[in-house]
Amino acid sequence: MARVGVFVCFCGANIAEYLDVPQVVEEVKRIREVKYAVDYKYMCSDPGQGLIRDAIVQHKLTSIVVAACSPRMHEKTFRKALSDAGMNPYLLEVANIREHSSWVHQKNKKAATDKAMDLCRMAVAKSIANEQLHEISVPVTKRALVIGGGIAGIQAALDIADARIPVVLVEKSPSIGGKMAQLDETFPTLDCSQCILTPKMVDVASHPYIELIPYAEVIELQGFVGNYKAKIKKKASYVNFKTCTGCGACWQKCPVKVANEYNLGLDKRKAIYTPFPQAVPNKPVIDAEHCTMLLKGKCGICAKVCQPGAIDYQMQDEVIEREIGAVVVATGYDMWDPTPYEEYGVGRFKDIITSLEFERMVSANGPTNGVPLRPSDGKVPKNVVFIKCIGSRDEAKGIEYCSKICCMYTTKHTILLHHKVHDSHAYVFYMDIRAAGKGYEEFVKKAQTDTAATYLRGRVSKIYKKGDKLMVRGEDAQIGQVVEVEADLVVLATAVSAPKDNPDLARLLGISYDKYGYLSEAHPKLRPVETAKAGIFLAGCTQAPKDIPETVSQASACAAKVCGLFAGDTMKKDPMVSTINIEYCSGCLNCINVCPYTAIVTDEVPIGHGSKELRTVAYINEGVCQGCGSCVAICRSMAINLAGFTDPQIINEIVSI
Amino acid sequence: MEAEVKDQLVSIEKPELIAPPDWEPVIMGILCNWCSYAGSDLTGTSRIQYPPNIRIIRVPCSSRVDPWFLIKSLQTTADGVLVSGCHPGDCHYISGNYYARRRFLVTKKLLNFVGFHENRIQFSWVSAAEGPKFAKVVIKVTDDIKKLGPLHLYKKENFEKK
Repeated sequence: MARVGVFVCFCGANIAEYLDVPQVVEEVKRIREVKYAVDYKYMCSDPGQGLIRDAIVQHKLTSIVVAACSPRMHEKTFRKALSDAGMNPYLLEVANIREHSSWVHQKNKKAATDKAMDLCRMAVAKSIANEQLHEISVPVTKRALVIGGGIAGIQAALDIADARIPVVLVEKSPSIGGKMAQLDETFPTLDCSQCILTPKMVDVASHPYIELIPYAEVIELQGFVGNYKAKIKKKASYVNFKTCTGCGACWQKCPVKVANEYNLGLDKRKAIYTPFPQAVPNKPVIDAEHCTMLLKGKCGICAKVCQPGAIDYQMQDEVIEREIGAVVVATGYDMWDPTPYEEYGVGRFKDIITSLEFERMVSANGPTNGVPLRPSDGKVPKNVVFIKCIGSRDEAKGIEYCSKICCMYTTKHTILLHHKVHDSHAYVFYMDIRAAGKGYEEFVKKAQTDTAATYLRGRVSKIYKKGDKLMVRGEDAQIGQVVEVEADLVVLATAVSAPKDNPDLARLLGISYDKYGYLSEAHPKLRPVETAKAGIFLAGCTQAPKDIPETVSQASACAAKVCGLFAGDTMKKDPMVSTINIEYCSGCLNCINVCPYTAIVTDEVPIGHGSKELRTVAYINEGVCQGCGSCVAICRSMAINLAGFTDPQIINEIVSI
Repeated sequence: MEAEVKDQLVSIEKPELIAPPDWEPVIMGILCNWCSYAGSDLTGTSRIQYPPNIRIIRVPCSSRVDPWFLIKSLQTTADGVLVSGCHPGDCHYISGNYYARRRFLVTKKLLNFVGFHENRIQFSWVSAAEGPKFAKVVIKVTDDIKKLGPLHLYKKENFEKK
């Protein structure tokens, strides 16, 4: 029979003042299984814990009940006391007689004492059904997968690899670099984006601990923290990267011209191409959708001019597998498509461009060699109107949130315009100027003085054409009047939006995403880089809009998390997870549907002893299970139980009072 | 037709006529560890007073609550049950409280059908920050159940003990 020891705490006056502790002790002594009961001033103090340790040995106790404060407070402390006495720490139960009794029934001592007795009875009843549990030890594969090769992915990969942990960096496009590679200069210091990014890109390619897999996508992730298995699809590039020298003969001779994604379609690239001159790896790929050799079997010029013979038209997509222990998701963001702003004439007027298009134009390696030009006639614009919050903070047409970076990049654009076209004038329609960040407000103030740009607080209601100019009609709320500005060029500060394939990726990884498509962190304040799934971390704009310094910080935080995870050879995990008795499992598999962590999979077992015929049952992976207990309640045949919160334990609690 | 049957069955409960004057109900509170239990702890640390009738059981998630627990409580010890979880969308285990909500609606309907008054089984969302709300919920549930009277008239010792 169970031998339970009950230890009731005074908690100074916190408990003793409002309920009769000795009476509680006397009452619990009447329970058959209770072999020892005692009270003490502070159970959590060292002598208090000593009391528990001594009693365990002296009275050969098989489970312990501590009636004190909330288990959320001191459960760990008392568990440690149990293990110090050589007892399994999970044989402890805590009766919460402080938060749930003495503190909330201060005016009714009798009722509080009665309730404390009941809480003790419940804890004793539960503890009788407690079982010995052991921390789960999970082996760890010390290799990290980074999805996305923008600045977030680059930083995370470099930081992890510098800790001598192998990294697999998977990038969707032919080159790493991401959106930052498309920027000209960065706020608030105006240093050249390429100058600070490209050395990092080269570091990634040459780092001995980084395996860079460009032009590839993760298509499957199985397993659990420390033991994931990722399937990565390498898209056919039709160029053998091992033999290709990146000389460029192929793309110079290629006759097919296609809109260039890197420059947002403002100029053309070839069907065999590298995205941009500083691409890493600097190897071209063939665009299968446009290459005439691949489409019609005619041409083959690139193969003819390629001296190392690197072109391979027969190349197929290849799926490779990597065993990894942790994942950093850094898939970045998309620029929001401003088409819904019909009253602005988006799509109808050529001289309305987005901010990223403007960024490409003013970029030295851009389609216009660093000079902004009107797309309609190629003239240099004099009056440029910047409209902020296109899509951001607009529930009707766009998204509710503030994209955080538009205020700053528009300020930067007014400076860049001023630098490139000295006699130009910028008009900025804005709702607010949000410049929170180190050096940001100063940057905005300086830009306003240096460029003498006209800031108009208000929304633009309409843009229409007058001759070859665009008339921008809006409100200047500060003077309370409708204003019209004659513009040569209109730049829309479009919002940052979540990558459109984020929901698919989230499903594939088994993590959650919010209503906008951003991947969800485990806790908005205290766990901002972790996801609800252990071993998967978030870096950069894939979690929420952020600027480059924040993205880099978060990426480094991810690296620290990954390094922490890989610090030992095995990981310890709470044993309070679900277990299944397959003898009872009827194979209805309802548990698989309710499991939020995909911890349950199907398994095949013989229908009887020695039988060759198989039946389907559920199998719970204790490494993945987080112990919510959804599957236990849904299980019709009562095959599943949650360690620490088993049916007998809870039913004991219910019937004990 | 369903409503008709329900009304008939509910009308079986008229125990206030026989409730002894010093009778106090027992309410079983099943709270999820991450929101409601933490919220009830906060009620304690903020010293907000509420009626002493509730007995609290901690479970990891409201989705762990098997309808069996509710039925067993009503059958043996409790005059009413309160199940409380995280707010919709805030579940520590992503989606557990949605399952709990659905399961609970069905259970409530079933218990209703067999003759338990709907106020005997209550559900609420209390977050870890809502100490005052937890007290309010307990006060309301206790009031509701006091109005309904004892459930275990047939259990003699239930009165002898008090």
